[in-house]
Amino acid sequence: MASTVRAYRRVIGSRLRAQATYRLSFTVELCAQVIAGGLELVTILAVFHNTTSLGGFGRNDVLLMYGLATFGFGLADLAVSQLNHLGELIRTGKFDVLLVRPLGTLGQVLTLDVQLRRLGRAAIGFATLLFALSVADISWSMAKLALLVVAPLAGAVIFSSVWVAACSICFWLVDGREFANSVTYGSSMFNSYPINIFSAWLRRLMAFVVPGAFVAYYPALVLLERTDPLGLPGWLGWTSPLVAVAATAVAGGVWRFAVRHYRGTGS
Amino acid sequence: MRADPWGLINRAHCYPRLVLAGFRRYSAYRAAMLAGLSTNVVFGLMRVGLLLAVIGERPRVAGYDAAAAVTYVWLGQGMIATVSMWSGFHVAERVRSGDIAIDLGRPWDFQLAELAGDLGRFGYHLVTRMVPPVAFGVLFFPFRWPQRLSTWGWFAVSLLLAVMVSFGIRYLLNLSAFWLVESRGLISIYGVASGLLAGLVIPLHFFPEGIRTILWWTPFPALMQDSLDVFVERGSPLPAVGHQLLWAVLLLLAGRLVQRSAERKLVVQGG
Repeated sequence: MASTVRAYRRVIGSRLRAQATYRLSFTVELCAQVIAGGLELVTILAVFHNTTSLGGFGRNDVLLMYGLATFGFGLADLAVSQLNHLGELIRTGKFDVLLVRPLGTLGQVLTLDVQLRRLGRAAIGFATLLFALSVADISWSMAKLALLVVAPLAGAVIFSSVWVAACSICFWLVDGREFANSVTYGSSMFNSYPINIFSAWLRRLMAFVVPGAFVAYYPALVLLERTDPLGLPGWLGWTSPLVAVAATAVAGGVWRFAVRHYRGTGS
Repeated sequence: MRADPWGLINRAHCYPRLVLAGFRRYSAYRAAMLAGLSTNVVFGLMRVGLLLAVIGERPRVAGYDAAAAVTYVWLGQGMIATVSMWSGFHVAERVRSGDIAIDLGRPWDFQLAELAGDLGRFGYHLVTRMVPPVAFGVLFFPFRWPQRLSTWGWFAVSLLLAVMVSFGIRYLLNLSAFWLVESRGLISIYGVASGLLAGLVIPLHFFPEGIRTILWWTPFPALMQDSLDVFVERGSPLPAVGHQLLWAVLLLLAGRLVQRSAERKLVVQGG
């Protein structure tokens, strides 16, 4: 165990040092991430240029959801988005190399690169969250404060679990990356808005099968003391850490199942 | 670029073949096509939800009623791959690796050859990536078909021009690798910004007047919004198509100029 931690610390340290070498590259890519997050924010503002309410929620309510979702997504993006290259690793046979090393396969894939530039999007989410909290009319309690701290972390864990489970499809379908995009990057958009604006079956898929509703929507309802227009009970917002734990278990199971059934591409 | 207009004419027969090769090259990746298609549909459903929530009980918002908004979304989702918003940057990779020397040394017009390949890709994506999302929209939502027959012709021209504009921008971004170490970062920024600026995410008509005016001085609306406006018959098609034509010509000319100075910069080491 101690040797595993030491190995990962060395690997991650070397990835971080590598980025310090290419400063300009790092800065430009960081800008791209900030712009990506910023433009999502612009989209919300442009939407509210044309309406005062979205599914019964005002601009500041939606900004709170966007802030929670994007902060969580940014952290998850930093932690697990190396999985986007899984198909390539399998196609080129590089995944086989990971199998013979004395470390877990998932941990190795995730630490193939650690791109700090991805913090750009998390930063936009965090800033929006702070802004939304400063303008929202919230009657604070210790419990709500605790929820505010836990919700983005639970959100990051839920996003990460979705990423792991969805990308596992590449073990069967090497070109399957874009399938995963619809629930990873798709969740990022879905969770930024009140989920009651989406059609019923899309909601079933993206809010509950993929447990996106627990990233931002239900925690935001608790913070704002709003009742769910969809009629589900208010305590759901408190359950996001439990959902995060369950999602991790499912994702771990899916990954292990996928790796056990992995065969090289034979090239 | 070798100034060889005669070679261009003598070898004209190679370009139609490149179009066909572009078509066949992409048809090799069927799983990737299906995966991309599913993502387009999921995002389309979210965009429809968002726009219909904005319109709400009102008859129309920024000129869009429910049917026009739905049509805008599904046509736009179909155009992502068809116009090639986010892919087609292989030339930059060839500049970095040095393979570009071979491309430029061949007895063809490189820009025209690349355009021919991209048109072949366009043909394949028109069938596989444009038709299915639109069919999905027609089946499950109130769809707004063009009221005038001439709109179909205008739309065909407009779509082709959108591809030319997209190609023109991508070609310049690709060639930027000759000068910029950071062309990859530039391409990332284009990737994250182009969707919103082109009017894919929400209609550009949703933006305040001032921002809209600024955007119309850029080629971005020519990638999507112009074509989408032509299809849902937002006013006369002439300004939209004219805007696209202007940018297509400007960008393709700029591509030639930039390529010429890139060739002057290119040094091939013997050995």
